[in-house]
Amino acid sequence: MGIRSQALRPSELVEQRLRGGRTDWPGRLVAGALLLALLISLGILLVLLADILLRAWPVLSSRPLDFLTSPLSARPATAGIVQGIVGSILLMAFVIGLSLPVGIGAAIYLEEYAHDTPMTRLIRTNIRNLAGVPAIVYGLLGLAVFVTTLGMGKILIAGGLTLAVVVLPIVVITASEALRAVPNSIREAALGVGATRWEMVRSHVLPYAAPGIFTGTILSLARAFGETAPLLMVGAIAGTFSATDPADMLTGSYTALPTVVFDWSGKPQDEFRALTAAAIVVLLVVILLVNATAITLRNRYDRRW
Amino acid sequence: MTAARLAATDLQISAGRRRREGLVRLFFLAAAVLSIVISLAIVLSLAGNALTFFVNVDKSALWTDGWFPRRGLFDIKTIVAGTLVISLTAMLVATPLGLGAGIFLSEYATPRVRRLLKPAIEVLASIPSVVLGFFALTWISPNIVQTLTGAPLSNMATAGIAVGILITPLIASISEDALHAVPNYLREASYGLGARRRTTTLRVVFPAAVSGVVAALILGVSRAIGETMIVAIAAGGTGGSLFEVNPLEPGQTMTAAMTALAIGSDRVRGAEYTFESLFFVGFLLFVMTLGLNLASDAFVRRFRRAY
Repeated sequence: MGIRSQALRPSELVEQRLRGGRTDWPGRLVAGALLLALLISLGILLVLLADILLRAWPVLSSRPLDFLTSPLSARPATAGIVQGIVGSILLMAFVIGLSLPVGIGAAIYLEEYAHDTPMTRLIRTNIRNLAGVPAIVYGLLGLAVFVTTLGMGKILIAGGLTLAVVVLPIVVITASEALRAVPNSIREAALGVGATRWEMVRSHVLPYAAPGIFTGTILSLARAFGETAPLLMVGAIAGTFSATDPADMLTGSYTALPTVVFDWSGKPQDEFRALTAAAIVVLLVVILLVNATAITLRNRYDRRW
Repeated sequence: MTAARLAATDLQISAGRRRREGLVRLFFLAAAVLSIVISLAIVLSLAGNALTFFVNVDKSALWTDGWFPRRGLFDIKTIVAGTLVISLTAMLVATPLGLGAGIFLSEYATPRVRRLLKPAIEVLASIPSVVLGFFALTWISPNIVQTLTGAPLSNMATAGIAVGILITPLIASISEDALHAVPNYLREASYGLGARRRTTTLRVVFPAAVSGVVAALILGVSRAIGETMIVAIAAGGTGGSLFEVNPLEPGQTMTAAMTALAIGSDRVRGAEYTFESLFFVGFLLFVMTLGLNLASDAFVRRFRRAY
């Protein structure tokens, strides 16, 4: 005791006495198990990315441009994904053109205009629940309303409208959060000099909330880009029959990148496995780029009040 | 000096400004009310067709040996059992992984580690389910499930594992938020009494956040039940399936059954009411997930009231 304690400073001695000098093995075990859970999740992500890239390599290395610009085909040697790319871009245009203005508008109403009435509470609860409805159910909504009742048929416009509805509640929720983060003093400053409510929102609230709103909506776009199930319900599985010209696709047979992935993943030939993986690489590159943009935006403009 | 005297009318808003104000407000209100319209449209379109199906279908066809809509066999228990088997497998995978990751990020990780690992979890969350479905069929099944057991390539365990991977980041981030929201004075009180980090985390912070954690798990189940693409690709029940609860066999879920019906509906002319059966299954799915989401919401509200 005497010899050992001389090597330690008093604070270390106190710590050692308090801890009983033993290593906390159960504690380390818990910490290790928790870390392991996290590492397994990330390990799966790495395996997934590596496996997809390896599978896609034969296609991506031999004909990268040809693959992007060739139409869908039953012959693996010439098959490409051009209709999927065009379809997905057009679908995104619907989501951006419809979900963003309507979703942000609804969020502005709920956060800036609405009083705490039963009606407002109903709308809020309703939007939260809509966000939890499985995407495939929205597909049924699109099938019943756009395709059948409105008589559009299985065309891209119906798919675009359906996808816009899927994304809408997420946009409302994320935009609401961004608006709520703007402190009230900003609003009071505008109202105090005689601004109307809309003038206050436009000149004072939106500029501060914009980075948050954009981050949230960009992330929801990324989600819409990979969404498959609702599109299957409203007919985005025309395969090689889908139009190649964007204008024809709007009102005709169409497909999208994720539905191409689904269609091809059902084909057992090895060549199609490689093609599917290559299409997935294109899908993931777009989604990861979009996400990276959103996260950079968030880190850059993150503001604490 | 008589010119610069303000009257009440000078402070009044001009008619043009007032009109614009009203129009803008109306647009925002309409946008908010649209969500109610969407909900009504969902319920009406599901319920209408589901009712048509339920009234017209031969009731004995709803409780037979399997789900074969083209032959007029709509066995509900087959697709519900498949859904439950896959959701259960998914939760067995996602609960330890998601909760572990959430607890580690909230209670153990240093700020630097958090900044590094959290975006990685977000990347995992952004992988579309159709991609995980392909990965399940081409990697998880041959390399893990088939190596350990003699299961066929398409089986429910594979799909369940992949669904579990899909909902892991969801459970991780919601449970992390719940743990993070526990006020620091509880941790400090625990440390002040001489408790270790393990004791503080498991006996003080976790119980305080338990309703948020339960909400995360319920939401995970709800997401697993509604997950479509993984099951449609990897569970192997696309054309129809006999009643099956063994996870190592192919099976059919509600969502996969809907996908099969939707894709095939314009190619094959099968039995009557296959189109309406799609909505019947959809209605069942909608009611199940809505119930789970409301339950999860109730847990979150309880948690908010506590702090």
